[in-house]
Amino acid sequence: MKQIYFDHAATTPVDKKVLQEMMPYFNQNFGNASSIHSFGQEALLAVEKARMQVAKYFNANLNEIIFTSGATESNNLAIKGTDRAYFKKEKKKPHIITTTFEHHCVLETVKKMEKENLIEATFINPKKDGVIDVRDIKNAIKSNTILVSVMYVNNEIGTVQPISEIGRMIKSKNSEQGTGDKKIIFHTDATQAVAYFDCNVEKLGVDLMSMSAHKIYGPKGVGALYVKFGLDIAKIQDGGAQEFGLRAGTLNVPGIVGLGSAISMIRNQDSVNTKIRELRDYLVAKILKEIPDSRLNGSKIKRSPNNVNVNFSRVEGESLLMMLSAEGVFASTGSACSSGSLSPSHVLLSLGLKPEETHGSLRLTLGKNTTKKEIDYAVKAIKKSVEKLRKVSGNVLKDYYKNKS
Amino acid sequence: MYSKKVLEHFTRPHNQGVIKNPSGVGMVGNPTCGDMMKIYIKVKKDVKKREVISDIKFETLGCASAIATSSMITDLAKNKTLEEALKITRNDVAEALEGLPPIKMHCSNLAADSLREAVRDYRDKNKK
Repeated sequence: MKQIYFDHAATTPVDKKVLQEMMPYFNQNFGNASSIHSFGQEALLAVEKARMQVAKYFNANLNEIIFTSGATESNNLAIKGTDRAYFKKEKKKPHIITTTFEHHCVLETVKKMEKENLIEATFINPKKDGVIDVRDIKNAIKSNTILVSVMYVNNEIGTVQPISEIGRMIKSKNSEQGTGDKKIIFHTDATQAVAYFDCNVEKLGVDLMSMSAHKIYGPKGVGALYVKFGLDIAKIQDGGAQEFGLRAGTLNVPGIVGLGSAISMIRNQDSVNTKIRELRDYLVAKILKEIPDSRLNGSKIKRSPNNVNVNFSRVEGESLLMMLSAEGVFASTGSACSSGSLSPSHVLLSLGLKPEETHGSLRLTLGKNTTKKEIDYAVKAIKKSVEKLRKVSGNVLKDYYKNKS
Repeated sequence: MYSKKVLEHFTRPHNQGVIKNPSGVGMVGNPTCGDMMKIYIKVKKDVKKREVISDIKFETLGCASAIATSSMITDLAKNKTLEEALKITRNDVAEALEGLPPIKMHCSNLAADSLREAVRDYRDKNKK
């Protein structure tokens, strides 16, 4: 059976070359990077090479890259670490601004801190097209605002946020008189942006930036946090002094090697992106043309080249995924029925969609090896599955609204 | 995560469709939660003058378990007397499907409720 993987925003396969570079660090050069002997030093060398590779991609310095277990940890460290460092100094409750459609690892972190009365929080809603308006962030800034956290690319609908614009706004706010010592720190979760958008920290004007290896053909369980030199952030995990004292725990050497290798392999970004974008546009056009009552969620233009998120009315997403899986097409949905919590996608709700409008969503995310042939096959399978499920649902939705009115 | 039986009924649902001039119709669920089910029944009297479900069909908008439970209940209720049909519980449906994921036991296991609504609708219409 055909196997068409259209879920690259969930995770990607480890690239063969990346895997090859990782292999020796499992059982040959297996040393602990903190050990003084040559086994340890060899591991340390590999870690430092990876740090250089990541720093180069971000246009950062070596001492600004902290290896973590992935984007969830990076985001936790960025947000909680910023709050802790501030509180230690000021003993005051700070204010944090984020958005309503962040990944759960940012959203839940901020919500929990708010609930525990550690911070005040403001959650900015994106516009209907899934893009944050920088003016909304600006207007939310208060005298005790210490952190703004806005994701670079939304993981569900792929919309790209005006990070450098926000960066500039924060910079000018910070240089205004009267802010004194307290500067607003700018964090972005760039997990879905790496490989598709410019992640030059200087150009973006960010102080903190999170990423994860497994979204870019690297291994799972490893990521990084860029921490601008001189930034005051506190550790959130106690133990050894690894990672400039910011992240205790034995370094995941093979994983870090894999991350460095994966990020160094991102080359010819523009031409790869153009190819993926062309395929994506072809896929969107084909779906909207061939399947009635379908629509695209999120901006068509301000969007990651690899992301499609469409909605089919009178179809439920989990059913659609299962039917597609049986056809060998693997995708994802924001339907409540597919989530562990049985609540509809907070991202789709943030666009102003009603709960009933979120159930029929389908996310297809392409990868560097996606072909036109795969897309043609997938559209055929989607069309067939949607038709079948619409037949099963019949007029039930129409009858419901008829009875109600 | 789904049993083989659920997948069978999901991919090839039994008795899917509409009955023209049904004796009773039951609809449960709402679009907010995502699962909506409509059951149509045709009731006839058998030789012993008992009221029997001679035909049953369904339309369902929802997840795989919602569709599978709808399909299963039509199998369980067909040719049963109304009394027998009313005794079918959510658990009976889940068991006949070789189990449902725990999280789906409540939200998507609406078929028994829908059938009961259809019987009630039939009885309301035929009150003397």
